[in-house]
Amino acid sequence: MTTRAFQKIYTKIDNITKATVTLRAEGVGNDELATVGGKLAQVVKIMGQNVTLQVFAGTEGLATDSEVVFHGEPPKLRVSDNLAGRFFNAYGEPLEGGEIVEGEEREIGGPTVNPFKRIQPSELIATGIAGIDLNNTIVTGQKIPFFADPDQPYNAVMANVALRAKADKIILGGMGLTNDDFLYFKQVFENAGALDRIVSFVNTTENPPVERLLVPDMALTAAEYFAVDKGEKVLVLLTDMTLYADALAIVSNRMDQIPSKDSMPGSLYSDLAKIYEKAVQLPNGGSITIIAVTTLSGGDITHAIPDNTGYITEGQLFLRNDSDTGKVIVDPFRSLSRLKQLVIGKKTREDHPQVMNACVRLYADAANAKTKLENGFDLSDYDERSLRFAHDYSEKLLAIDVNIDITQMLDTAWTLFAKYFSKEEVAIKQELVAKYWKEA
Amino acid sequence: MKTTGRVNGIISNIVIVKVDGAVGQNEICYVHTGDTKMMAEVIKVIGDSAYVQVFDSTRGLKIGDRVEFEGHMLEVTLAPGLLSRNYDGLQNDLEKMDGLFIARGSMTDPIDFDAVWEFTPLAKAGDKVCAASWLGEVKEQWVAHKIMVPFTMTENYTVKSVAAAGKYKVTDTIAVVTDAEGRDHAITMVQKWPVKQAVRCYAEKPRPSRVMETGVRAIDTFNPMAEGGTGFIPGPFGAGKTVLQHAISKQADADVIIMVACGERANEVVEIFKEFPELVDPRTGHKLMERTIIICNTSNMPVAAREASVYTGMAIGEYYRSMGLKVLVMADSTSRWAQALREMSNRLEELPGQDAFPMDLSAIISNFYSRAGLVKLNNGETGSVTFLGTVSPAGGNLKEPVTESTKKAARCFYALSQGRADSKRYPAIDPLESYSKYLEYPEIAAYLDDHIEKEWVAAVYAGKTIVQRGKEANDQINILGDDGVPVEYHERFWKSELIDFVILQQDAFDDIDANCPIERQKMMYKLVLDICRKDFGFADFEECSQFFKGLINLCRQMNYTEWQSEKFNDYLKQIEQYVSAKTE
Repeated sequence: MTTRAFQKIYTKIDNITKATVTLRAEGVGNDELATVGGKLAQVVKIMGQNVTLQVFAGTEGLATDSEVVFHGEPPKLRVSDNLAGRFFNAYGEPLEGGEIVEGEEREIGGPTVNPFKRIQPSELIATGIAGIDLNNTIVTGQKIPFFADPDQPYNAVMANVALRAKADKIILGGMGLTNDDFLYFKQVFENAGALDRIVSFVNTTENPPVERLLVPDMALTAAEYFAVDKGEKVLVLLTDMTLYADALAIVSNRMDQIPSKDSMPGSLYSDLAKIYEKAVQLPNGGSITIIAVTTLSGGDITHAIPDNTGYITEGQLFLRNDSDTGKVIVDPFRSLSRLKQLVIGKKTREDHPQVMNACVRLYADAANAKTKLENGFDLSDYDERSLRFAHDYSEKLLAIDVNIDITQMLDTAWTLFAKYFSKEEVAIKQELVAKYWKEA
Repeated sequence: MKTTGRVNGIISNIVIVKVDGAVGQNEICYVHTGDTKMMAEVIKVIGDSAYVQVFDSTRGLKIGDRVEFEGHMLEVTLAPGLLSRNYDGLQNDLEKMDGLFIARGSMTDPIDFDAVWEFTPLAKAGDKVCAASWLGEVKEQWVAHKIMVPFTMTENYTVKSVAAAGKYKVTDTIAVVTDAEGRDHAITMVQKWPVKQAVRCYAEKPRPSRVMETGVRAIDTFNPMAEGGTGFIPGPFGAGKTVLQHAISKQADADVIIMVACGERANEVVEIFKEFPELVDPRTGHKLMERTIIICNTSNMPVAAREASVYTGMAIGEYYRSMGLKVLVMADSTSRWAQALREMSNRLEELPGQDAFPMDLSAIISNFYSRAGLVKLNNGETGSVTFLGTVSPAGGNLKEPVTESTKKAARCFYALSQGRADSKRYPAIDPLESYSKYLEYPEIAAYLDDHIEKEWVAAVYAGKTIVQRGKEANDQINILGDDGVPVEYHERFWKSELIDFVILQQDAFDDIDANCPIERQKMMYKLVLDICRKDFGFADFEECSQFFKGLINLCRQMNYTEWQSEKFNDYLKQIEQYVSAKTE
């Protein structure tokens, strides 16, 4: 960001906190950018002549006589096709040197798509993972997070999903990503020969936390360019949104706002919704699909961050280590894709909805049987069979290393039904049983 | 002379304005920035500083920018032509907006001012009238839309003249009335009303005395909703609040439905936009959209307008109620509205109450719910606004302030349980936690006696007891093991499962099962209750569970078949044989 001619330079800062500075200035617009002692900052509050700025890189080393220059405009990103294949920092500047991308400047965090102009999502995104495709089918224009414990392989799963998903562009928004994970993503995309479809905006743990606040907006501005202007199918990966929310809490805390639940700002719901609601299916065929990661502390989904996220996103995916099979599975009980109803049984085979429900119900019976077993009770014949079914279901369908198409998943499920249960126990509509039941 | 002011402070969407004259609390003003003007509402005044909440993004706004005050509160425009429209929280017609994105400061007319309506007079010269008296009517879709004396005209008037039957625009004068002092007032088809005030132009507000059918068995059979009643649906995310609300909006026995999508997902609203114009209302044969108004402020739209949206919806509901219509207003979700209040309160640096919500949250919520109700109009007709809100409790914890405040205000409580949702028992309405206070109303009991069957309420309670006892038995089984309890416990548990699977659970995505008319509900409920009253005397628990699993399967297949079709009757016969084989 270069200074332009005839710009007023302020050299007297009144207050400095860990994340903000306050000074007297005139003619300043809300949300506009400024440079404070060489660091990028944004206006967050104006009271008469007093302007408060949030300094993204933190205020370490700033002095009351540091130079402050206002840019007169909110944060922007230059967009063009040349974004593809590039890695940027939170400010949209190329990482590892490289040419600055030429293109039209767009304000980040722009306006909302008119809900009336949206199209109902109806295109399925196949991932080959039955825990997703069979039980929690994802469609274009959807927003869905993985709720995961920090030790689970969510980044690996996400990279896998992204590569299999046949998107025109994949945009990675990394917030507080460890350098190792960042390099992992880069390597996976490179090995898959997909680098020319990828745009990355990355804030690693080595960068100041408040910078993360820019990452989702940067990523989504790029996504909107490809989806709206080019009509492309864009998949946006945001990891880790918990660290984004933590950065929000830091800023609100420095601004003396009253915290609500779990020390999060009262506006957390709106702040997260502004990001996730950018997911959209457009009339021109373009779409933005958001797959995010929200890490949990101790699996607690009642914490303000996963809780608010759950109310905004269209479902959530849980990863779980299944002790019976030793595999990582997508948890069929707690995972949910709200938009699956738009495609299952319509874009997929007619028996999909009922097979999906029957599987989960029988899996639940197995869970009950397991509880009985643990409490030292005798198991009935049905309990025994459901346990064996659960083992096969977990291994042949739920495990994330399974990669088959949806019709194969359905056939596998019918095979398991016939192997362990009677038609009455499966309780699926008569017509479907007649058509698909596989005699054992 | 309008009061004007200059921007003197900006904190997110709260703007502090130095004013040069009088300003009122909740007065509307316009903040100018560059070429656009944004609507805002006064929410606090200190000396000559007015704190206004801007219904838009304040990006780029500067100190010294001009503000104009309008001298009135936030109003809705009430006139023929509201039905089938899709509004934002401030009653801008979303359909009329250009461009893919909603540009800042976009404002569009709520109705079509050029449209011509076929007017039929109802009043005549010499009639004594007051606010909300019917002067004439026009056909809006298939609703007889009454043209009324504006609600803001609070005195008594005599009709001087009424326009002859014919075609008029909404802005044409259709009547002239004279007040006590002899002044004439010209009346058009358009009137405005401040959304935050309740319309009170009716004779009385009696207790609800009729049931509003929804086609959802867990509601109609177990916890019926009264016409003009209030209810709320709290539930953690993923418990199926929205699916349930959509089902009710499609099937409810109402003349006008107003859906307020308040701070929720845009894709859910798109679903309504897409489905409602195509779905047919089984009662009237008309398209659902013809009776529906959608107020849509999705979660990424400005927060302040989110707060306004529920009031906009309610005010429009009260307008149609004054025409003697049955109106259902639904808000998804009132928690988002409460959160909008919290964000404002937070920025105003008010001392917070519990969970940082404003102290008067409870009062605001009960005040809002009290606007629903069955009313007797001045001309003896009745109209009603039934209100159903969802609540999204943080962390699924029902002890949080919004749920608790709403529980005090609403009469029906449809608790969605995570446990039921996890085991895919939809709708996840918890049969034991949920209640309808209306079951205790003698008026409602009498109505059910007349319209369903004598002693219906007693039958409902009998079913609830079976479910309760089944749960207790199941707890015992879980503690003591299958063999550790008498077989009778298993029978008790499975009878409750029978009610659960056949009556309480319903497939909202199946064309037939989704909507269960009251006649069918009565038949199925009696069938199930009869079975539950039988003594089977099973030899062991395996036999018991086998029997009921088979029975449940048959009953569910029946739920999926067309009412009284050959297949339906066939299943019925099978069930009777299946049961009598065990009891004889």
